[in-house]
Amino acid sequence: MEALCSRLATDLERSFPEVVRRFQNEIFSGLRTLAGADAEDLAQETFIRAYRALQEYDSERIRQLRLRGWIWTIALNLGRNHARDRARRPQVIGLENDIGAHDPEPADLGAWQRRLAALTPAMRKAVVLRHVVGLGYDDIAAALNRPEGTVKADVHRGLERLRKQLEMET
Amino acid sequence: MTKSGITAQLESLAGRAPSLLLRSVEVGAGLVDGYSMYESHLGEVMVTFNPRGVTSVDLAEGDPEGRFEARFGRKVVPARPPSAWQQKIGRALEKGQPGSLPVDLEGMSEFRQRILRVAATIPRGQVRPYSWLAVEAGSPGAARAVGSTMAHNPVPLIVPCHRVVRSDGRIGQYSLGGPHNKWSLLTWEGAEPGRLEELAMAGFRYVGSETTRVFCHPTCVNARRISETHLQRFRSKESAASAGYRRCAVCRP
Repeated sequence: MEALCSRLATDLERSFPEVVRRFQNEIFSGLRTLAGADAEDLAQETFIRAYRALQEYDSERIRQLRLRGWIWTIALNLGRNHARDRARRPQVIGLENDIGAHDPEPADLGAWQRRLAALTPAMRKAVVLRHVVGLGYDDIAAALNRPEGTVKADVHRGLERLRKQLEMET
Repeated sequence: MTKSGITAQLESLAGRAPSLLLRSVEVGAGLVDGYSMYESHLGEVMVTFNPRGVTSVDLAEGDPEGRFEARFGRKVVPARPPSAWQQKIGRALEKGQPGSLPVDLEGMSEFRQRILRVAATIPRGQVRPYSWLAVEAGSPGAARAVGSTMAHNPVPLIVPCHRVVRSDGRIGQYSLGGPHNKWSLLTWEGAEPGRLEELAMAGFRYVGSETTRVFCHPTCVNARRISETHLQRFRSKESAASAGYRRCAVCRP
C-alpha cells in the first residue's frame, strides 16, 4: 500500500486506476450491503471524490495516507449523505452501448440488510467493514474515526445482536 | 446459528464490482474523455467531453479516436454527455457558438483561452481578422499568436475559428479539414467569402457609409445596410479616420 501511495504521489493520473482496481470489489460490496440499490453509483462517486481530493493534496500528504481507511471514510460519508447529495450531484456522464457485466446479488442479501438495519449505525458499519469487507480493526478505526477499542466492542455487540435476531427468526 | 456461522454468511455477501465501474470512474474523474457523434454542416463530427465541459470537436472520418489520443494523451470512450448538455451541443454546432454549453479549455495557456473566448463572440455570418482578435483580447500585436491559436482550437465549429480571417482580409487556413471547409461554412452562413476575398485582394479591409460617416468590418451588420451608391472602401483604419469616418461601435474595427 505504501508503494501505491508513493506512485500516487509522483503520478496521480497514471496510477489512480490502480486504486480503483484494488478497492472496487470491497467498496462495492460494502456499500451494497449498507446502502442497497445505489451501490454502483455510490462506488463510482467514492472514487471520483477520492481522485479530486488527491489532486488537492501535496505529495507528502499522499505518501502518508492510510489509503484503505481513507477511501472508506469517503465511501461511508457518501452512503450517509446519499439522499442529500443526490440533488446537487455534478453532471453525470454515462457510458454508451454497454451496461457491463454484473454478478448476481447474493440470494440472502435482503435478509441480511434487514437484520443489519436493526443495529445502531455505528455497529452496523463496524460489522460490515469487519466481516463483509474484511478490514482490520486499525483501518476500521481510521475509517470511522473512532478508537479501536470502541470499534471492537461494536463489532462484538453487533454480532451478538445478530445472533439473537436469528434465534428469534427460527 | 453460531457466531462463526454468522461471520461466514456475512463474508459471503462480498462480491465483485460491476465490470464497467473502473471505466465510469475514469470518465467521471476526467482521466478519460467520453465521446458522442453529432451531425454538422461538415458532416458527422466526434464531440468529446469530460465533467467540466466539451473538450474537442473533430471530423468523424478516418480514426478520430486515434487522433484524439495522439493529440491529448488521453483515451476516449463512447459515452452519453450529461442530459443538460445534449441539446446544447447540437445547438452550438448549428449556430457556431457555445451559448451556455460549457467548454473545457484546461491545458491551454491563459492567453489562448482569452483569444478563444473572444472568437466565440463573433456572430454567425461575420468574420474578423487575427489583428482584431489580438486587440480585443488585450494583446495588440499578437496577431501571429492568434493565428496559431486558431490552428490549435480544440473545439472548431463551437468556437467559430472559421470566422477568423487573415489580417489582410483573405480567408486563410482552416484546421478542420482544410480551407474548402472554411469557405463552405462561411458560404452557408451567408458571409460571401468570394466577395470578401475580392475585396481583400484589391487591398480593401474596411467599408464605410457616406451618409453615416461610420466605417466597419465588411461583414458587420451595419456594413450590410450600406447601399452600393453610398459605399466607401478603405485600405486601413488610418485612411478611414483621415477621411473623417468614425469607428463602428458594434464591430469595433
